[in-house]
Amino acid sequence: MKNAAETLSTPLPLAADRSRKPHFSVRTFREYFMQGVFLLSACISILCVAVICFYMFAKGCPAIAKIGVFEFLTGTDWFPTNTVASYGIFPMIVGSIYVTAGAIIIGVPTGLLTAVFLSKFCPKKLYKIVLPAVNLLAGIPSIVYGFFGLVVVVPIVRSLFGGNGNSIITASFILGIMILPTVIGMSESSLNAVPKEYYEGSLALGATHERSVMRVVFPAAKSGICAAIVLAVGRAVGETMAVVMIAGNQARLPDSLTDGVRTLTANIVLEMGYASGLHYDALLGTGVVLFVFILLLNVLLSVITRKSH
Amino acid sequence: MEQQLKTYKAHPLSLVLKILVWAAAALTVAVFLILVGYILVRGVPYLSTGLFKTTSTVDEVSVLPSIVNTLKMVGIALLVAGPLGIFSAIYLVEYAKKGSKVVKVVGLATQTLSGIPSIIYGIFGSMFFVTTLAWRLSILSGAFTLAIMILPIIITSSEEALKSVSDSFREGSFGLGAGKLRTVFVVVLPSAISGILSGIILAIGRIVGETAALIFTAGTITKFAGLSDSGSTLAVQMYNLSNEGLHMNEASASAVVLLVTVILLNSLASFVGNRIKKSSGEQ
Repeated sequence: MKNAAETLSTPLPLAADRSRKPHFSVRTFREYFMQGVFLLSACISILCVAVICFYMFAKGCPAIAKIGVFEFLTGTDWFPTNTVASYGIFPMIVGSIYVTAGAIIIGVPTGLLTAVFLSKFCPKKLYKIVLPAVNLLAGIPSIVYGFFGLVVVVPIVRSLFGGNGNSIITASFILGIMILPTVIGMSESSLNAVPKEYYEGSLALGATHERSVMRVVFPAAKSGICAAIVLAVGRAVGETMAVVMIAGNQARLPDSLTDGVRTLTANIVLEMGYASGLHYDALLGTGVVLFVFILLLNVLLSVITRKSH
Repeated sequence: MEQQLKTYKAHPLSLVLKILVWAAAALTVAVFLILVGYILVRGVPYLSTGLFKTTSTVDEVSVLPSIVNTLKMVGIALLVAGPLGIFSAIYLVEYAKKGSKVVKVVGLATQTLSGIPSIIYGIFGSMFFVTTLAWRLSILSGAFTLAIMILPIIITSSEEALKSVSDSFREGSFGLGAGKLRTVFVVVLPSAISGILSGIILAIGRIVGETAALIFTAGTITKFAGLSDSGSTLAVQMYNLSNEGLHMNEASASAVVLLVTVILLNSLASFVGNRIKKSSGEQ
């Protein structure tokens, strides 16, 4: 548009003169000023990430160093209030891994199959019921999931598997439900993004509808599905309130699936309220370990999504 | 129908898959219905006017102070994150050149922010707002922590909404002699408003249900709190109640309030979001 204006104005010397002189009207000032404001706002999210990273690492890393990296990460004793205190978060790392793995085992197959249903099997009328249900599952606060787990799932697990009910199984089950919407949403949209020709070609070769979906469309949506699983892992690892209410929170290595565990997130929530000194630092260190794990998942996620583009 | 039976006889695995897929979807919907149904059945009988008294004591719990605190939290967090999020979306869509570095880095930053668990926001908030800025445990510390947390939701939804505005609107506005700024505020933003709104409503839902980020930034005291006082939101109070185990009935009643609020907000968000799809489909 600017070019057009310039070529038009060349035969008129007056207009050309005016365009050469810099003039600062209120209007141009306002334009530039607001553009600056918009740019600054856009940079706020970068600033937030930077400040959060800075605070987490600057405060948490010295704490880990004070305790000793090796002792902190692989120590199996967490006795922060003993006279000879020991700060080993290995049981919490194991707890987070167990609970997340359980959630993945329960949530991912169910979620993927539901996504396939929504994308390729669902009659239009049913779609209007299933999709809102999935979306609302995503909106339910984690504290409500925790409460449901506490009053419903814990007694059921107690009577079915023994133990006191606050266990790896209970936490995995509730987390498995909580990651469902994450898995379904992302993998459904990647299934929908697969070109229709793939499916039609497979049908034309004589494959059934089901075979075409599972052997042709599903593999084509692989990267989106992987991204969905990575997101789900992140959600499960970072979940706090629901897990605290139902996982038992014993800071020791579990012997069986009916034992209680304490996750990294639970460790922070349970003790941060009254911790001080090195104990407080150790909790910040726990936060750093969690944070690093989430950042790694994020890197993995952007590698996967970049590959698909 | 008979044709289908024949196919499935020849390909039993296909039938198995079909059954599995339907079963998984049924399971998902069933879990949702059981969860909502149970919370309602268990909690609704304990919804009483006593629950909404103006004072809350150890013996007689009231959730009214927490509800008011939640509203304050929503108000302040939106006041901070709303303009910032919308402005940054405006920059990304309307001003930044295609494929510019800023767009990429901001995209990466919002993705990172949306992946950070709420407990990490809680730790950060308690170090930065509570300690470094010395705002202590207060509604203000909590609200600012939440503002960072909802920023990615608002940015992404506003970005989507602005992108969906047809370029012919912008060209028409420029053609009539309007400047860039005028075009953005008078033409583009009003056409994108429902998409932006649906993002904001989702963000409200997130704030209402948030617990982990607030325990160490806004505190857990149940009372009507000023901006620089410590006060619990409804979700935090519900955590306290069910943790103590003394007031499980009140806890289940507040679960109902939380659940209904969040479901209403989410439905509203998708209703508003659908309207924009319909109206842009007609053009």
